[in-house]
Amino acid sequence: MSDLEIQAGLGRSPRTSPSHRFGVAEVLAGLFGLFLITAALFPALVAPGDPLGIDPLSAFQTPSPAHWFGTDESGRDIYTRVSHGTGSSLLIGTLATMIGLGLGLVLGTLAGMLGPVVDFTVNRFLEVLFAFPGLLLALLFILIFGPGVATATVAVGLATAPGYARIIRGQLILVRSSAFVEAATVLGRSPGRILVRHVLPNALAPLFVLGTLGIGQAIVWASALSYLGLGAAPPAAEWGAMLAAGRTYIGSAWWMSFFPGLFIVLTAVSATALGRGIERRMRHA
Amino acid sequence: MSDETDVGVPGAASVTGAGEGPGGVAAGVAPAVRVRNLVVGFGPKDGADPVLNGVSFEVAPGECLAIVGESGSGKSVTARSLLGLAGDNAWVRADELSLAGSDVQNLSEAQWRRRRGRDVGLVVQDALVSLDPLRPVGREIADSLRLHTRLDAAARHTRVLEALERVGLPDAGNAMRKRSGELSGGQRQRALIAAAIALDPPLLIADEPTTALDVTVQAQILDLLATLKRAGTGILLISHDLAVVGRIADRIAVLCDGRIVEQGPADEVLTRPRHPVTRTMIAAIPVDKPRGLRLNPRAAEPVLPSLSYQSGVAPGSSPDDCDRDTSPTTVLEAIGLVKRFTRPDGSEQLAVDSVSFRLERGTTLGIVGESGSGKTTSARLALALTRPDAGEVRVLGQAFSAVPEKERRALRPHLGAVYQDALSSFDPRLSVEQVLRDAVAGGARRTGRVGASAGAADRLRVLGLLEAVGLPQGLLGRRPLSLSGGQRQRVSIARALASGPQILICDEPVSSLDVTVQAQVLDLLDELQRNLGLSLLFISHDLGVIQHVSDQVAVMLDGRIVETGATARVFAAPEHPYTQALLGAVPRIGF
Repeated sequence: MSDLEIQAGLGRSPRTSPSHRFGVAEVLAGLFGLFLITAALFPALVAPGDPLGIDPLSAFQTPSPAHWFGTDESGRDIYTRVSHGTGSSLLIGTLATMIGLGLGLVLGTLAGMLGPVVDFTVNRFLEVLFAFPGLLLALLFILIFGPGVATATVAVGLATAPGYARIIRGQLILVRSSAFVEAATVLGRSPGRILVRHVLPNALAPLFVLGTLGIGQAIVWASALSYLGLGAAPPAAEWGAMLAAGRTYIGSAWWMSFFPGLFIVLTAVSATALGRGIERRMRHA
Repeated sequence: MSDETDVGVPGAASVTGAGEGPGGVAAGVAPAVRVRNLVVGFGPKDGADPVLNGVSFEVAPGECLAIVGESGSGKSVTARSLLGLAGDNAWVRADELSLAGSDVQNLSEAQWRRRRGRDVGLVVQDALVSLDPLRPVGREIADSLRLHTRLDAAARHTRVLEALERVGLPDAGNAMRKRSGELSGGQRQRALIAAAIALDPPLLIADEPTTALDVTVQAQILDLLATLKRAGTGILLISHDLAVVGRIADRIAVLCDGRIVEQGPADEVLTRPRHPVTRTMIAAIPVDKPRGLRLNPRAAEPVLPSLSYQSGVAPGSSPDDCDRDTSPTTVLEAIGLVKRFTRPDGSEQLAVDSVSFRLERGTTLGIVGESGSGKTTSARLALALTRPDAGEVRVLGQAFSAVPEKERRALRPHLGAVYQDALSSFDPRLSVEQVLRDAVAGGARRTGRVGASAGAADRLRVLGLLEAVGLPQGLLGRRPLSLSGGQRQRVSIARALASGPQILICDEPVSSLDVTVQAQVLDLLDELQRNLGLSLLFISHDLGVIQHVSDQVAVMLDGRIVETGATARVFAAPEHPYTQALLGAVPRIGF
């Protein structure tokens, strides 16, 4: 009976109050996300200048009302470049996450649905992939296929896939052994119908949240590859590449690295905050 | 209660006059606990209705007061308020709140910590989660000694051993080195009581201490509490079950909606209850109540199960089965079922050992046994959710367990199942309406081209099902998570009835429900059985429930059926010693 009371208590308070209100972090993350999406779709709206426009006379300017984030060694406006770089960073992050999720979905479903032999094989394969740090796996892929934005994207996707596969496999196994799947069997439902109606929707619901959380990570990784010169190449306005370009002048012109870095961090944090918010809401829906 | 001015001034008028001054308290001895006009609420102070409103009681040393009430009546909040654990957002107010004669209102958290364990001990329902799984229980018990006394390690060891021996743990020296997971449920509960009494607190609060335990173990724990009581400990026993508290309580306080509606000597409350709530609770106890007797007198008008959920089908017959009346009278038969499980260490365990039973049409077969006796495995075998290692299950005279699932599916509509944990048997994404629609739709796919007429017919049948189990239509859009335990079980029964089954397999369907809610669900099952001619396989650990619902009963022990026969015969003259032991342990009112 205490169980019921506790359940009722839990059910009551968190559902009525906090989850239906937006937290401060969620609001800030949402606003920043809105800015990023605007900058990605219509960069000219938030920063009318030319991200590649050179103005040697105003090189290395500190942040000022004229140049919010300062200028780089060729006098390009850092704010303009950061804004115009949003699109490619978001695109890389989203695409990489989708590739990771897609691959993970295939591997996880194989392992979770097709019986012990396939499960064993897929698991051993995943363990081999897990043995390499994710970034190393990405580097390996780039080594084979050569640097570039497209390869970096696929590489990051590949590197994140094993983690997603594991989670999806676990979800499928968990849901398949749950009491409501058994109840559906007792009602005389066929395995295929149970799979479509009960197992997949319940097992895959968390993927949306995972994906949102993953975009932040993917952007950081893609930027890391660009920083290493394996993704977008200078003078392209990409955050990781800008970070790398500023490295030389870090002692004299800190803003060249600071602001692209800040955007990488803020994007990752916002994606995570939004992902957590969605997760919390879905759990109580 | 909802009047805000009333909240501000919880006057003496809000206390029901019933037996406020307890009789048995000897003058001069400080009571273990004295509470006068306790008001507890959550959220903004004076903003919402208080959860407890003017509760007064006291417990003398060597006395047991039982606080009895349904879920949500405020029992646990009462217990926690006495420990300073009501919660961060709770406010507690009282004219008097004293433990062992000293006032405990407005104590700081540090001051509370010094009192917990010393002035008051707590025993809760679930010992498994209350003990640290990674530490030996002896160490857990020694903790309170370390915090509250200056004993050295050797002296603490002796005291822990003493405490464990007092609670009757066999081989205490060995037991104190075990972790909670290595002890059985009863042993864990004893260890928890040992931890609570290690410092000899004058007051022991036991919050549903036996609810999760088997009857025989429950009887032992209650005996232990009675022994402690005789040794001078004041006991505050909290329970939803009047029959359980009747065994040891000296006085009983009945709590309802945060108020004590009746308080008095135990035998007076049990035999001459004055308040309707108390009467309902007593009437709900199923022990010794013959079959068919309603347990819930409040709902006097019988719920008339309309058969409209079977619309399109002639009442009393299910689709594609016109010759069922000529079929044999045995609807479900288990023949020599055996099921083995492999333990983690590789050894084999016989969960079910040559179990045979027959369920006759329109009757109820009760299977009773304690945890681990193989009841649930038997139910799963009967539902063909797991494959027997030997033997077979036949449904309506046809092979059921021996055929592939594909063939079995044709027979599945004849079998409905109701589970103990109704909530987890529902897809968490679906609303009540979707759950029931899925069930009435049968195996048929009703997507796309099958028109709105089928959908409308389904909706009618869903409404008919709801009516049959006595649920309002307003619940259709809700998720099962937001329903009460009783409502969830009703939805679960409605789903089981959707296919028009002849057999209902109920695995502990009322075990997680309050006694009063249990009574309503049992009444519902009884009505449905009579009106629909259902045959019930009813599995429970509760002999009282089994006695009330069953025509035939089978007693299980260690995977075997040790005794079977007509319920009246088995309960009147049990032959097997185990049945006799079980029956002796059943808590009942009156002696």
